[in-house]
Amino acid sequence: MFTLIESLNSALQAIRAHKLRSFLTMLGIIIGVMAVIAVVSLIQGFSNSVTSEFKGLGADSLTIQSYLPRKERLAGKVAKVTPDDMLAIQHEVSDISGISPILPIGRFFDPVRYRGQSTSSRVVGTTPAGAINNGTYPDRGRFIVPSDDLRHRHVAVIGVTLIKKLHMPADPIGQFLQVSGDWFKVVGVLHQRGQIFGFDQDNEVIVPYGAALSMQGAATVPNIAIQLKVNDPRQIDAVTARITQVLRRQHHLKPGQDDDFKVQTASELLGNFTSVFNAITVILGGIVAISLLVGGIGIMNIMLVSVTERTREIGIVKSLGARRRDILLQFLIEAVTLSVIGGIIGLLVGYGIGVLAAHAIPAFRAAYVPWWAILLAFGFSGSIGVIFGIAPAAKAAALDPIEALRYE
Amino acid sequence: MSDVALLELRQVSKRYLMGDNVLDALKDVNLKIARNEYTAFIGPSGSGKSTLMNIVGCLDRPTSGEYILNGTPVAELDDNALAGIRNREIGFIFQNFNLLGRTNALHNVMQPLIYRGIPYGERKRLATAALQNVGLGDRLHHLPNQLSGGQRQRVAIARALVGKPSILLADEPTGNLDSGTSKDVMAMFDVLHRDGHTIIIVTHDPNIAAHCQRVIQIMDGRILSDTLNGKRREAAAGV
Repeated sequence: MFTLIESLNSALQAIRAHKLRSFLTMLGIIIGVMAVIAVVSLIQGFSNSVTSEFKGLGADSLTIQSYLPRKERLAGKVAKVTPDDMLAIQHEVSDISGISPILPIGRFFDPVRYRGQSTSSRVVGTTPAGAINNGTYPDRGRFIVPSDDLRHRHVAVIGVTLIKKLHMPADPIGQFLQVSGDWFKVVGVLHQRGQIFGFDQDNEVIVPYGAALSMQGAATVPNIAIQLKVNDPRQIDAVTARITQVLRRQHHLKPGQDDDFKVQTASELLGNFTSVFNAITVILGGIVAISLLVGGIGIMNIMLVSVTERTREIGIVKSLGARRRDILLQFLIEAVTLSVIGGIIGLLVGYGIGVLAAHAIPAFRAAYVPWWAILLAFGFSGSIGVIFGIAPAAKAAALDPIEALRYE
Repeated sequence: MSDVALLELRQVSKRYLMGDNVLDALKDVNLKIARNEYTAFIGPSGSGKSTLMNIVGCLDRPTSGEYILNGTPVAELDDNALAGIRNREIGFIFQNFNLLGRTNALHNVMQPLIYRGIPYGERKRLATAALQNVGLGDRLHHLPNQLSGGQRQRVAIARALVGKPSILLADEPTGNLDSGTSKDVMAMFDVLHRDGHTIIIVTHDPNIAAHCQRVIQIMDGRILSDTLNGKRREAAAGV
């Protein structure tokens, strides 16, 4: 411990003596750590905002969607979750509530027109329960009510993006929109939700499920998504199993045949995002590891120069009684100190960049640096210092005192 | 002269291999130096006096022979053990001072005590006292390049003395000083000798050697003469 503190003092002294050189030496580490922290803070901040979105769905909600592996889709198979399936679930599965269909109109994005302006928007039909399940609520006006649904009333709740894009009045309630050739009266404006992955969640038109169904026409059976809440979240697995059972029967699946649908909890949906984030983090981590490696080589290079330059100094301290390990430790700690200081600077600058970027890009929420990233940055830069400092330090420690004293 | 030698060299030889050439820098040197002796190694460059100093100073090991320093045979010790011996037993003073340029006088003098594991406060106290003893109490926080040559050499002397070594080993201590300053530094060695220190000065300058009680003349790796107060001394072997 004693020698450690001595060596640290001596290292700081050496670093101070060559400020510019020390800074340039650290630069590789600074840039590497800065990059990892900036990226991680953004991704994590982003991930947190997505997570909170999904938290809105609640741990007790289930989403049922048709699903076929890509291979079967290419083979021309079609899977659907139909309104009949929903009715079957509604009647046969107990302990659930708020079951609601989500029916996209058209091919997901549909032209929406208003007074000669036109834009494309996500148009979905749902029931009043859908608002509760999705955590959406109107800022102005109202959401869809049961009577809208029953009477197939042509009313719409719209997102704020549409007001902007279609140059509607700030209070668009009572205005009429044309969706797929049908006219809808605006009765509500949704609370603004922002963007995810560049996907504008406010570019949305919600119409009553009944109206959406009738727009599809009687000829085709619609493919819907179903959302519902489980009354007792502890029973979520049992309910999932029961729904699977009902749907397999509805879809006439034989034993051994794969499901052509998915029943997912909010956390499973979130899992999809999380795995994407994790993949991004790992890939970027790899890139950053390479840049840190380059930074480490920079440190080794300068340390080797420094050992040569300080040969005489090494000779002097050897004549004064410094042992091999004293000198080894001194140079090793100098390398580690350089890289850790670089790590700290990189951490601060990277976090600053993350915060600035988070402010500049509306989709990103507050930047967030997790503890593991800080530990990783320190651990990595510290180990870089040890790994790349050991060769120069060993070289210094092995110097012959007489030769070193004679060195000019 | 005390009977118990502080250091004793027995049949010490040093051979360097330079490519195909063999250089015998020291040949069968026998030497005893007692406590509180004031000795000069004198000889021209290439005589082997530097090699002798390096071996006496435990910077180097003899190729053959024995070296007993303060009761410890040191010829066979490894690098770390030699470093420990240097730290405790030897105080070096060099021609070009060899101060650490980045640190002030105080920290230069504190440096050898680091390797003895003495805590900071105690180190500082000892180093301050050592610098005051050489008359540099008001220069503690000056960097070496802010000091004159004479002051630098006094810092080096303080650094050599701070660990209370058995031997002060000075290699051309006045070689980089003007004559006035040289006199001051030599006067300081004289005082140190009176205070009981064992001093060895390596020089080529007879005027410097004249300060010493005992002058050992070295030539071609052998002790040519060993005189005490100007009189020939019989103890020297190999002549």
